[in-house]
Amino acid sequence: MTTIEEVVPVPSPRDGGTDGTPLLEVRDLHVEFHTREGVVKAVNGVNYSVNAGETLAVLGESGSGKSVTAQAIMGILDMPPAKIPQGEIRFRGQDMLTMSGEDRRKIRGQRIAMIFQDALSSLNPVLSVGYQLGEMFRVHQGLSKKEAKAKAIELMDRVKIPAAAARVNDYPHQFSGGMRQRIMIAMALALEPDLIIADEPTTALDVTVQAQVMDLLAELQREYNMGLILITHDLGVVADVADKIAVMYAGRIVERAPVHELYKRPAHPYTRGLLDSIPRLDQKGQELYAIKGLPPNLLRVPSGCAFNPRCPKAQDVCRTQVPDLLPVTEQDGTELVGRASACHFWKETIHG
Amino acid sequence: MAELSKTDEPQDATPNVSEVDVVDARTEEEAVHAIEAPVERGEPILQVRNLKKHFPLTQGILFKRQIGAVKAVDGVSFDLHQGETLGIVGESGCGKSTVAKLLMNLERATAGEIFYKGQDITKLSGRALKAVRRNIQMVFQDPYTSLNPRMTVGDIIGEPFDIHPEVAPKGDRRRKVQELLDVVGLNPEYINRYPHQFSGGQRQRIGIARGLALNPEIIICDEPVSALDVSVQAQVINLMERLQDEFNLSYIFIAHDLSIVRHISDRVGVMYLGKIAEIGSDEQIYDHPTHPYTQALLSAVPVPDPEAREDRERIILTGDVPSPANPPSGCSFRTRCWKAQERCASEAPLLAIPERFKGADSPAAHESACHFAEEKDVVHAA
Repeated sequence: MTTIEEVVPVPSPRDGGTDGTPLLEVRDLHVEFHTREGVVKAVNGVNYSVNAGETLAVLGESGSGKSVTAQAIMGILDMPPAKIPQGEIRFRGQDMLTMSGEDRRKIRGQRIAMIFQDALSSLNPVLSVGYQLGEMFRVHQGLSKKEAKAKAIELMDRVKIPAAAARVNDYPHQFSGGMRQRIMIAMALALEPDLIIADEPTTALDVTVQAQVMDLLAELQREYNMGLILITHDLGVVADVADKIAVMYAGRIVERAPVHELYKRPAHPYTRGLLDSIPRLDQKGQELYAIKGLPPNLLRVPSGCAFNPRCPKAQDVCRTQVPDLLPVTEQDGTELVGRASACHFWKETIHG
Repeated sequence: MAELSKTDEPQDATPNVSEVDVVDARTEEEAVHAIEAPVERGEPILQVRNLKKHFPLTQGILFKRQIGAVKAVDGVSFDLHQGETLGIVGESGCGKSTVAKLLMNLERATAGEIFYKGQDITKLSGRALKAVRRNIQMVFQDPYTSLNPRMTVGDIIGEPFDIHPEVAPKGDRRRKVQELLDVVGLNPEYINRYPHQFSGGQRQRIGIARGLALNPEIIICDEPVSALDVSVQAQVINLMERLQDEFNLSYIFIAHDLSIVRHISDRVGVMYLGKIAEIGSDEQIYDHPTHPYTQALLSAVPVPDPEAREDRERIILTGDVPSPANPPSGCSFRTRCWKAQERCASEAPLLAIPERFKGADSPAAHESACHFAEEKDVVHAA
């Protein structure tokens, strides 16, 4: 394993990021996979940005491209079969896609870290958790084994694992699901990154543990003023923690909005359908609204708007013309900050 | 294995559970007859009494000796009425799936009885057991692994008819399978396709069609929608509700998603470490919970409404569920409970209507296994 020098040319100081450039900006990103059956267009022109201290939730069903976008940002896509034909991923203004592999390695792990969904399969079962946590310090900062272990204990303390010093030599299977997810969070936090990407961090956990883990994540984010990209399909979790939301469908962002706005007045029929189809704890309704049909096969994305075969509002124009992600305004034309919708009929959807 | 006597421990005094009308069938003929008899809507069809399942923990290779037991299910009693849906919720490891297996007679109970129309199915065998099994069917969680990839949809749905040929005579089966596909909203022409040609939601429909094939009276659903996408979940839930009305089914609906359980259930039981902590109608449990565990569970559910999050009180439990091999003394929830006192460690609370609510005409008067049961609305914003 190589030791990477401590001197990193990329980052500007954490608190000095107020010059207008967002922490991370994804511009017109495309990702495709070349398979035997054809080209799978997993991501088709995604734009979003995150600032320090902000939480962006990327919401979508399986196959919507939300995880692939995250993997492209981290640079952990298998290429081939994956390919990024166009797009930019700018971290503090620098495009990571054109960077050399070495420069990129300095950002990955140190500046941008990732928390994966399934903690049991993301941790190595034959190495102790202390060793795996310490690896971050040994590889990136060149610390000795002993120093790394001391740092690992400190980290485990910070994510509130009881008796950290005693458990540092335990193996992943000796921890419960919630504790394992805490170790994943500790690993992501190790080098105090500017941005954390959390891919379904609580999907595999029980509700009571899920609440603990989300609370911890929010607390640490405040403490370090980190940016957070939260990838999830759970509208409830999003409502609890996010500042702004990007809803993805078939590799595109179909709606973007601040969290309160989105739940109050969705501007895309897909978002509306999702909100209507979840049963609520505090009300018992009659029949659930169900979005008809199935998510599209990415080998054969429908022409025009990808949602048109399932949409109750679909017209002829939806079958031929791909709607752009355009800003959403009030009825009198005043701009709604941070809102955009990719629907030909967004006006009808939001205003009536 | 040590024999568990039924009298050495105090049992739950559950007034909501009605008297079991045991049918004393001396011959197999009589037993089958009792099982085939119809049950009035609203009458108890399945009655579970003090059900236990302990898995032995052994040590040694040649000479195995038991060093303990995982008490997966430890004294559960409830009634299922004809035509209703009973929801069972709880965290992973609380024994809810083991209850399902016991009800299906896939596991042998360590102690306790399961009465189906007055017949204790844990003691049945032969033709009578076969008749019971026809009437209690199951829908599994994972539609990807519960369908044999080498069988066509027609073979999968038609397989129950091989075991129970009296339901559909040989020549009639194909038509019957196509009918079932139509009922669950799949194209009957898909009969010769294989499971991999379907999406998750469609596969779950195939699983439901298989469960319906023998015209059962009870369907046990073990997390039927948790593997599905949000937009598809609603379709499957709606389908299950429609089928319940159409075929007059009773459901036991096991899930960890409290919102879905509320939507579909008439009554809900909350399980913790192999015991029922609280049981009542959906309104009693969700709007008037009295057990601290139920309150914590409900308050932890993220509500898809950012307005509600600000003024909602959240109870965050510390720690994890204790191991069922070594449960805490007294009340099993006390290690995570903010109300726990000395009494909780020494005396296990029984599932009963709490003393203070007894006789009161309030929705809080339902069975709750807590010494300090107290009503607290955690779902609705203050």
